[in-house]
Amino acid sequence: MDLILVAEQALNGLQFGLMLFLLAAGLTLVFGIMDLINLAHGSLYMVGAYLAAAAMAAGASFGIAVLAAIAGTALLGMALEVTLLRRLYQRDHLSQVLATFALILMLNEGVRMIWGEQPLMLNTPAALSGPVELLPGLMYPAYRLLIIGVGLVVALALYLLVTRTRWGMWVRAGASNRAMTTAMGVPADRLFTAVFGVGAALCALAGSLLGPLLAVQVGMGESILILAFVVIVIGGIGSIRGALVGALLVGLVDTGSRTLLPAVLRQVASPEVASNLGPALASILIYLLMAAVLFWKPRGLFPARG
Amino acid sequence: MTEPITGPIIGPITEPVTTRHTLLHHRALGAWAWALLVALAALPPLLQALGLEFYTVVATRVLIFAIAAASLNLILGFGGLVSFGHAAFVGLGAYTVGVLADAGIGSAWIAWPAAMVVSGVAAAVIGAISLRTRGVYFIMITLAFAQMFHYLAVSLKAYGGDDGLPLAARSILSGLPLSLADDASFYWVALAVFALVFAGLRRLVNSPLGWLLQAARENETRVAATGGRVFAVQWTAFVVAGAIAGLAGALLANLNGLVSPHLMHWSQSGQLMVMVILGGAGALWGGPLGAVAFLLLEELLSGVTIHWQFALGAILLVVVLFAPRGLTGLVARRSARSKEAAHG
Amino acid sequence: MAEALHDLSRAASSRLPELALLQVHRLVKRFGALTATDEASLEVRAGETHALIGPNGAGKTTLIHQISGALAPDGGGLFFDGEDVTALSMPQRVCGGLVRSFQITSIYRRFTVLDNVVLAVLARRPVAPSWWRPARADEAAYADAEAMLALVGLTAMADRAAGTLAHGEQRQLELALALAARPRLLLLDEPMAGMGPDESARMVELLSALKAQRLTLLLVEHDMDAVFRLADRVSVLVSGRVIATGTPDEIRNDAAVRQAYLGDEAEAADRADAMDAADAAGPSARSHPAKEGA
Repeated sequence: MDLILVAEQALNGLQFGLMLFLLAAGLTLVFGIMDLINLAHGSLYMVGAYLAAAAMAAGASFGIAVLAAIAGTALLGMALEVTLLRRLYQRDHLSQVLATFALILMLNEGVRMIWGEQPLMLNTPAALSGPVELLPGLMYPAYRLLIIGVGLVVALALYLLVTRTRWGMWVRAGASNRAMTTAMGVPADRLFTAVFGVGAALCALAGSLLGPLLAVQVGMGESILILAFVVIVIGGIGSIRGALVGALLVGLVDTGSRTLLPAVLRQVASPEVASNLGPALASILIYLLMAAVLFWKPRGLFPARG
Repeated sequence: MTEPITGPIIGPITEPVTTRHTLLHHRALGAWAWALLVALAALPPLLQALGLEFYTVVATRVLIFAIAAASLNLILGFGGLVSFGHAAFVGLGAYTVGVLADAGIGSAWIAWPAAMVVSGVAAAVIGAISLRTRGVYFIMITLAFAQMFHYLAVSLKAYGGDDGLPLAARSILSGLPLSLADDASFYWVALAVFALVFAGLRRLVNSPLGWLLQAARENETRVAATGGRVFAVQWTAFVVAGAIAGLAGALLANLNGLVSPHLMHWSQSGQLMVMVILGGAGALWGGPLGAVAFLLLEELLSGVTIHWQFALGAILLVVVLFAPRGLTGLVARRSARSKEAAHG
Repeated sequence: MAEALHDLSRAASSRLPELALLQVHRLVKRFGALTATDEASLEVRAGETHALIGPNGAGKTTLIHQISGALAPDGGGLFFDGEDVTALSMPQRVCGGLVRSFQITSIYRRFTVLDNVVLAVLARRPVAPSWWRPARADEAAYADAEAMLALVGLTAMADRAAGTLAHGEQRQLELALALAARPRLLLLDEPMAGMGPDESARMVELLSALKAQRLTLLLVEHDMDAVFRLADRVSVLVSGRVIATGTPDEIRNDAAVRQAYLGDEAEAADRADAMDAADAAGPSARSHPAKEGA
């Protein structure tokens, strides 16, 4: 087994995991505090990617584009919260599923109406398009290193925000016991809007950062949404720490298995079987991981609720 | 001897037991259901007379999804079990028919029951594991299983992998003067299956098993505390629902002429869920009504505008916000209000 | 209704009163560092009304959970009618006749009162529930249910949604649901919880009626009047351990119980008694009031 390859895959896994964390953090907070199943969370990620691509197409630099995407998506998220999602908090989960499913349809079609059916191009900034030599023999794309860097910084910032500020304290209280938090006079309305806004901003950041690597197209949100749900179930609903650990786990396992599994299978079975079964097993592995975690810790790794 | 406390008794109970109001018993419109069946059976010749034969296929599709939605409603609506993997059972049924046809076995009398058995067994296994969890964990575990089947199907290059497997030939209903190649006949077969399934589900839901299933949805601890075996009741419903979904899958394979992994994708499960919730989860007509409404809306809107998904989403939103118990809830509310008005 | 009571007494054990229907043998339950049940032992004899009392936090509800099957003990054993039931699930115990009612009312709020009891009757059936025959046509189940309702005095409420009942009525329904399971031993977890004096009095009369039919009752209650009126024997649970068992009078006078449970009240009562005795003895004795009890 090539160590360089392993190191590369580990870094890829770290990068993917950190981006998953950005999505999962918002999702786990919304689910943990407002008890809202938001299927449209992935659509906000898509909107972020589209806004970044549009900004760049209009001539903005990459950095400005990302900021514009974050601002725009956060505004959209908060607008949705105030007008629509607020009415769903008291409703049962099934109604929330139906409503947010409807929202996916509308957001997907809305994006199609504005930008058309074809995927948009989002290029890596020229300055970062080359590889960097991390270790002798280990060349790694600079852009991916940027993603890892941004991901780590945001994770730290979120950690500080949630553990060191009053807002963060309210958030943790709300995730742990919502009724008590509102009873104690925490301004629930503003808190919820803020939480949703932050979640949307994180989605947009992930979307605009991943845009150059994956395709910016309608429906890109749904595939990553499922992974985000798996992450928060593994990590424990309502826990940001759990979201980080879960996301890193999922990111590493998913990335690693896609390259390593076919290689392992090739040692024991025919190349035909390896190429057929490999990708399937890699996709399934995430769900097996989730099942294993739930078996051992039925409420996830770091459940927020007591 | 002390007289036990009786409380104020207002005389002997005069109403016969079977007509007292209860949320547990679900009526199927009685005589109107037969009228509906006759009307539906008359649809193909009517469409033909109007020169709209194409819509026979659409109607058949609606019926098949009505069957699938009704099966999901059993566990979702009546059982309170939010399964996000129901499409897997539809897909398994379809693949059973596809694989058997590929191997030369084309008789519906073999392939369709086989589809039900395969789906039923899968449901038995998945249910045995998933039903030990609750809430969002149940949702995720059922989703996980469905995804596993989806990816397994993608990996089966022998059966077309991601592109799917074209159906060698439509199932043969040996012994009956009907051919599935004929649209009208296929429609009548689907209608017959739907009617049987619906009647069976109605029986099940109104039986003691069905009542305990609904009771477990309301208050699981109470069922267990009174001696009810919650797991056994829910697992039974899960297997029945899976088998019926497999039958729907067998019909769908015949309709599409193709079986593909997409049938088992979680978005298909989501669509089925949306149909059930739209129609009214936990109401007898919820599944079928939701399937009809969703598919007809899709059909209508896509003919009007290319951006029909936006309109569909908007309509669904309106329904969620203003009809909390789905379409059947709307109908029930209106009839209750008109009854109030009539009685003054 | 007399039939219903007769049925219940037939269901209740007709064994010699000395035989223990329920034996709790050195039960242990730990939650992390907290030992909630610390080798608790007690026994309930057939046909008796046995009360379990103890200060708040003594672990009464935890003990009831273990007896009913909601919680699995970490150590010790449970025997019902001579059989080891420690490993049995709650539904299995219920079918064997060991039934509990809940301290926090647990009913089907959306369904009618009658539906609630019918569901309890259907759940209790030893055979697997039918898939085919409509439940609504089950004459026997409805007759059973209506008898239970009459027993607890809720016949007038039969068609009301259970969630709309007053608190006391919901507790009565809770009792009817437990009775519908044809218990041989009924575990009552604070049946009078949250009730005012009128409602409590009704419940006590109802429980007296059950007691008169020789239904075995294990009663957890804080209402001491009710306990002393109903109980044949009382066990006192303190910090997860049964420190005393005996008749109500024996318990009332037991020093350890008074210390642990009645505590200051007992001391104050003793001092008052002594003051009265001193008064009777004469003014000179007043300056040295005798202190009895530790």
